[in-house]
Amino acid sequence: MNRNVKDIIVESITGVCVLVIIFIIVSILTITIIGGWPNLNWAFLSEFPREGMTKGGIFPAIVGTAIMTIIMAVAAVPFGVITAIYLAEYANEKSVFAKTIRFAVKTLAVVPSIIFGLFGLGFFIGFVGKNLDSLLSGGELRWAQPNILWASLTMALLTLPVVIVSVEEAIRTIPRDMREASLALGATKWQTIRKVVLPGSVSGILTGTILAVSRGAGEVAPILFTGAVYFSSHLPHSLSDQFMSLGYHIYIMSTQSSNVDATQPIQFATTLVLLLLTFSLNAVAVILRYRIRKRAK
Amino acid sequence: MNDIKVKVKNLSLRYGTNLALKRVSMDIPEKMVTAFIGPSGCGKSTFLRTLNRMNDLIDNVSIEGEVFIDNTNIYDKNIDVVNLRKKVGMIFQKSNPFAKSVYDNIAFGPRINGISNKNILDEIVERSLKQAAIWEEVKDRLFHSALSLSGGQQQRICIARSLAVNPEILLMDEPASALDPISTAKIEELIHELKKEYTIIIVTHNMQQAARTSDLTALFYLGDLIEMNKTEIIFSNPAKKQTEDYISGRFG
Repeated sequence: MNRNVKDIIVESITGVCVLVIIFIIVSILTITIIGGWPNLNWAFLSEFPREGMTKGGIFPAIVGTAIMTIIMAVAAVPFGVITAIYLAEYANEKSVFAKTIRFAVKTLAVVPSIIFGLFGLGFFIGFVGKNLDSLLSGGELRWAQPNILWASLTMALLTLPVVIVSVEEAIRTIPRDMREASLALGATKWQTIRKVVLPGSVSGILTGTILAVSRGAGEVAPILFTGAVYFSSHLPHSLSDQFMSLGYHIYIMSTQSSNVDATQPIQFATTLVLLLLTFSLNAVAVILRYRIRKRAK
Repeated sequence: MNDIKVKVKNLSLRYGTNLALKRVSMDIPEKMVTAFIGPSGCGKSTFLRTLNRMNDLIDNVSIEGEVFIDNTNIYDKNIDVVNLRKKVGMIFQKSNPFAKSVYDNIAFGPRINGISNKNILDEIVERSLKQAAIWEEVKDRLFHSALSLSGGQQQRICIARSLAVNPEILLMDEPASALDPISTAKIEELIHELKKEYTIIIVTHNMQQAARTSDLTALFYLGDLIEMNKTEIIFSNPAKKQTEDYISGRFG
């Protein structure tokens, strides 16, 4: 075949693929915005659902998602950062231990999210919660049932591998000669990590964790059995309360509602809110990275 | 000749099974400049890095032999590597200031040693920058990023950063190889000044630089120390034919 013809074919194929992706993104955005924007108003954001969830707002779902995201981040980020520091700085690449951790992290990253949900049910509720109850209240049911704490921790497990991988990558971008410069001045390894490596990789750490957290914020499967409810008349005011979440709300509205047609505007508007939430988290990540890069120059 | 500062006895170093230094022994005098020359891969940089135990950071390195600094074997089990590195500063081939201000770069060493008093830090920063002959150029931009300076200035910042922890020995690993002739001349002048107070050991590819800056020169080849003597003797009347060949450019 003529070389030019080959070039044209390859260019066309790549072009078509790009167009398909753009088409998908634009369609999702257009459909969501057209369907959701007219229903998006202050009352929708600030009110509880009414009349069998066919009217009213999604306030508790927004608050529930926010609280869950915060607890998840508090649990996953320090744990993930510390693991990443170990893998990047302390672990001997060839040691069985480091290889095992890496294998575990990779495996964790490909486990389907519904499995995390089942694990959370079995481990946090069935094991940790049950033992807590028999220790604290002599078997009275309090922790051995779904709640926002167990849901958040389950979600933290799901996002942990993403945090570990992105933070480790960020740490590894610090060049070897920076570490050597610090060590040659008589700094200990920990001083080098704290004063040179972590400050230098902070933008990577932040963006990595924000991206991981924004992924977790939209997940549904892990919280199905571990804490999310389809309706709650009050906001969670303790870690042992159940909660409403945006992703789960969309699922309930579109599959479990007695009148799916009547709730369609709510579905669209909820989807739009969830998209705006994850997009703005991503935007924060991008802006942070940009500002920190600029400051470093 | 001054007193001996560093005494190396039968030092061998392996990367895995590859013998990179073969039973090297030498005496390095105090407050003089000693230059290591030799073709790429001859072991001169590896040898330099054994003097502040920088090779400890690389996996699969094994070292035999002894290195005495002020009569203490730095490979002894009881030696604190952190203290050793405070005493033996190092300047790298590629200038490597931290992505921090000029001030924070210089204050890095004193701060990790627990100095937090601002007046003392100010004093150390000024003194170190003056010693490194860069105070005049940066005194108005102490709080600008060190990365905004030119390559030659960055290298002098790195020298000042090393001086701020009061080392006794300065190891320089081809400190001017990435710099233009004017910056190189400044570094060489600086070396000349610094040897009044510090023992300086410099690895260089540039034989003229060795001839200009050093009091003693050692030639390495394939992990062997071929010859070490006063620089003027090495460059005018070497004892070994191999040295003469290298100096005159017949190999390497």
